[in-house]
Amino acid sequence: MARAKKANVNADELLEFYREMLLIRRFEEKAGQLYGMGLIGGFCHLYIGQEAIVVGLEASTKEGDQRITSYRDHGHMLACGMDPKGVMAELAGREGGYSRGKGGSMHMFSKEKNFYGGNGIVGAQVPLGAGLAFANWYRGNDNVSFAYFGDGAANQGQVYETFNMASLWKLPCIFVIENNKYAMGTSLQRASSTPDLYTRGAAFGIPGEKVDGMDVQAVKDAGAKAVAHCRSGKGPYILEMNTYRYRGHSMSDPAKYRTREEVQKVKEERDPIENVRDILVSGKHATEADLKAIDKEIKKIVIAAADFATASPEPDISELYTDILAEVV
Amino acid sequence: MAINILMPALSPTMEEGTLAKWLVKEGDTVESGDILCEIETDKATMEFEAVDEGVIGKILVADGTEGVKVNAPIAVLLEDGESADAAPSTAAPALVSAPALAAAAPVASTPVEQDLPAGTTFKSQTVREAIRDAMSEEMRRNPDVFLMGEEVAQYQGAYKISQGMLDEFGPRRVIDTPITEHGFTGVAIGAAFAGLNPIVEFMTWNFAMQAIDQIINSAAKTRYMSGGQMTCPIVFRGANGAASRVGAQHSHDYASWYAQVPGLKVVMPYSASDYKGLMKSAIRDPNPVVFLENEMLYGRSFDVPEIEDYTVPIGKARIWREGDDVTIVSFGIGMQYALEAADKLAEEGISAEVIDLRTLRPMDTDAIIKSVKKTNRCVTVEEGFPVASIGGHISATIMQEAFDYLDAPVINCTGKDVPMPYAANLEKLALVTTEEVIAAVKSVTYR
Repeated sequence: MARAKKANVNADELLEFYREMLLIRRFEEKAGQLYGMGLIGGFCHLYIGQEAIVVGLEASTKEGDQRITSYRDHGHMLACGMDPKGVMAELAGREGGYSRGKGGSMHMFSKEKNFYGGNGIVGAQVPLGAGLAFANWYRGNDNVSFAYFGDGAANQGQVYETFNMASLWKLPCIFVIENNKYAMGTSLQRASSTPDLYTRGAAFGIPGEKVDGMDVQAVKDAGAKAVAHCRSGKGPYILEMNTYRYRGHSMSDPAKYRTREEVQKVKEERDPIENVRDILVSGKHATEADLKAIDKEIKKIVIAAADFATASPEPDISELYTDILAEVV
Repeated sequence: MAINILMPALSPTMEEGTLAKWLVKEGDTVESGDILCEIETDKATMEFEAVDEGVIGKILVADGTEGVKVNAPIAVLLEDGESADAAPSTAAPALVSAPALAAAAPVASTPVEQDLPAGTTFKSQTVREAIRDAMSEEMRRNPDVFLMGEEVAQYQGAYKISQGMLDEFGPRRVIDTPITEHGFTGVAIGAAFAGLNPIVEFMTWNFAMQAIDQIINSAAKTRYMSGGQMTCPIVFRGANGAASRVGAQHSHDYASWYAQVPGLKVVMPYSASDYKGLMKSAIRDPNPVVFLENEMLYGRSFDVPEIEDYTVPIGKARIWREGDDVTIVSFGIGMQYALEAADKLAEEGISAEVIDLRTLRPMDTDAIIKSVKKTNRCVTVEEGFPVASIGGHISATIMQEAFDYLDAPVINCTGKDVPMPYAANLEKLALVTTEEVIAAVKSVTYR
C-alpha cells in the first residue's frame, strides 16, 4: 500500500500525532521489557503497530466523549491523556496504578478521562460502549462513545445485538473495529465468512467504512466524519481499521501462525510512525533534529513511568477487601 | 346434550379471575371461535372464545363477578332444539371463595418483628403492585432512574409489573427492548457506568443466563478492578424459580448462583412490604443488585405499611415468628413452606422461630446465629437445588460459629436434585414441601 502523501499537511498536528504515537510505541516496548524482567505478570497485550488508530480518532473527540475497549488497552489510555506513570504502575500491580494494582494490564479505568476500560471478555465492551452512548442519548447531550473491538470480537453475538439496538435507538456510538488480522492465532480468513467487517452493520442500517488504520491522517479524517454523523443524532457508525499488530497476541504468544516475512513487510512498508516521520521530513515540516528531540523527550517520559512503577509499593494487604462495594449514602 | 362452559385457566398460575363482560346473551347462537366474554386475570384482560357451537342457554355468572374459580361453570351451551332446562348443572358456581394459594397461606400473615413507628397503618397490596409502586416512586424521585426490558412498556409488562408506567413516564424512561438479553444487559450496565440508574427487567431469570457474563464480569467486578473508581448503580430484577408447570428451562432458582459473587447484592423477598421497601433500597443502592422475584407471589396480598418513602435495608433478616424449639431459616417463596410448617408444628406443641433472610448477599448470619444459640436447632428451606445451596452455606456458618450450641445436625430442605419435570405430580415432588419441613423439624427436635 502506498504511503499517504497529503498535499495539505497541518504540520503542528502531524508533529503532535508523531509524538503521541511514539509515546505509545516506546511505552509498549518498555512494558515488554519489564514483562521479560518479571515486573509485569499475567497477560500483557501490546499495541505496537496499531498506534495510528487511537491517536487519529482522539483528534476528533471533545470533553465528555467516552471510550471503552478490550484488554489491548494501553494505547487507548495514553491517547486519551491518562498518565503513563499510573498506567505502567498498574501493569506492575503497584499501589500507584490506576486501579491501585487490582486491575492489571487488562483492567484500568479513568473517570476523569471517560475511559471505561480495559475489559477482558472478548466483545463485552461493545454493549457497554453502546450503554455509554445510551447515557448521552438519555441526557440529550451531543457526546459520542467510542467502542473499540477487534476482528475476533466481531464474531461475538452480543456485538450484533448491540448493533441492532444502537441503530434502532440511534445511539451516538462509533464502533471501531481494529482489524489486526489475527484473533489470537486465528486469521480473519479462517474465522470470518466475509472479509469486510465494515459491512457487518449493513443488516442493521449502520453505515460502515474501511480505513487505512496505519495512516493516522486517514484515521483522523474518517473519525471526524463518523463523529459528525453521531453528534448530529443520526445514530451509530462503523469504522473498520485495517491495521496490524507487530507483537504476539500476548507476551506468551510465539506467533507461529504467521511468517516473520509477513510481519517484516508491514513494518517496512506500512509503519504508522515511520509514515508520519517521512512526511514530516520530506515536506520539511520538521528536521531530523526536531524529531530527535521528541524521541528524547518521549524516552524520558517512559523511563520516568517505569521508574515510578518499580518504585511504587505493592498495594497494602488491607486493599484485598476494599472497593468491592460502594458505600451506601 | 347441553354442556357447561367452564371458567378457563388463562395462564400457568391462574387460580381465579374476573368475568369482566359477556359479549353474548342468553338465546344467542354461537359458533366455534366466537368471542363469548372478556376475562380479567391479575395479568391481563383476555377474550374467551367458544369451542363448541350451540345456543347460550343460561348465563351462570354475571358481568363483573370477581373471584370466579378456574373450572367453575360460567354458562350453559345448548344444542339446537334443546331447552334451557336441559342444563346439566345450574348449581351456583364457586364465587369469591379463596383461591388455592390463599387458602394455603400461613396464619401469620405479618411478621412479629416490625421496625415501624407506633400507629402505622397498613393497606393490603399484592407483591405485583408493591414492586410497581416502588419503581414508580423512585422514578418520580430521581430522573436518572429508568426501566428497560422485554415488554415492559407498551405490553405493560409480561407479568404486568410495570402496568401504567409507560403512561406516566413515557418511552424515554420505560423502554421496550428487543429479545436480546446479553445485549441490553450490557447496554444498561454501560449506562450505569455513565452514572444513570437502570432497572433491568428480565422476563424471568432463566433468560438472564444469556446475560450472566455481563452481570458478573462487567457489573459485579468493575468496581474492584478499577480500584474503586467506577460504580455500577443498577437493579436486575424479574421472576425467579418455579412458576407452575412450565418445565425445566423456566423453573430455575438462581439464589445460590448470584449469592456466590462478590460485588453483587442479592435480594429475594417474600412479603409485599419487603418487595416494596427492598426494591426502593435496591434502586438507591450504588451497587449492582440482583432482585429475585417469584411469579407465584406476584398476586399474593400482604399488609404494606402506609408510610411515605418506605424502605427496608438490604442485608437485614427479619424474625417473622418467634419460637424456642427450632429455628427455620428461609427466604422468598420458601417462607410459605416455613410458615405453614410452623403453624402446623405449633398445633403439636413445637415452637418454631421463623427467620426471613430477605437478603442473601450480604447475608445476615448474625440473626441466624443468635436464634440458633437460643433454639439449638436449625432447618433451612429453599426451592433451589441441594448442591452448593444457600442452606449448605448456612449449615457451614452455624457449624463454624455456633457448633457448641447445636443439639442436632442442621437439615437443609431444598428442591430436589433434578431438572424441573412438567407432569403435575412430579413437579410437586420436585419442589420442597411443607411436609418435608415438618419432618425435618421433628428430626432435629427428636420428636
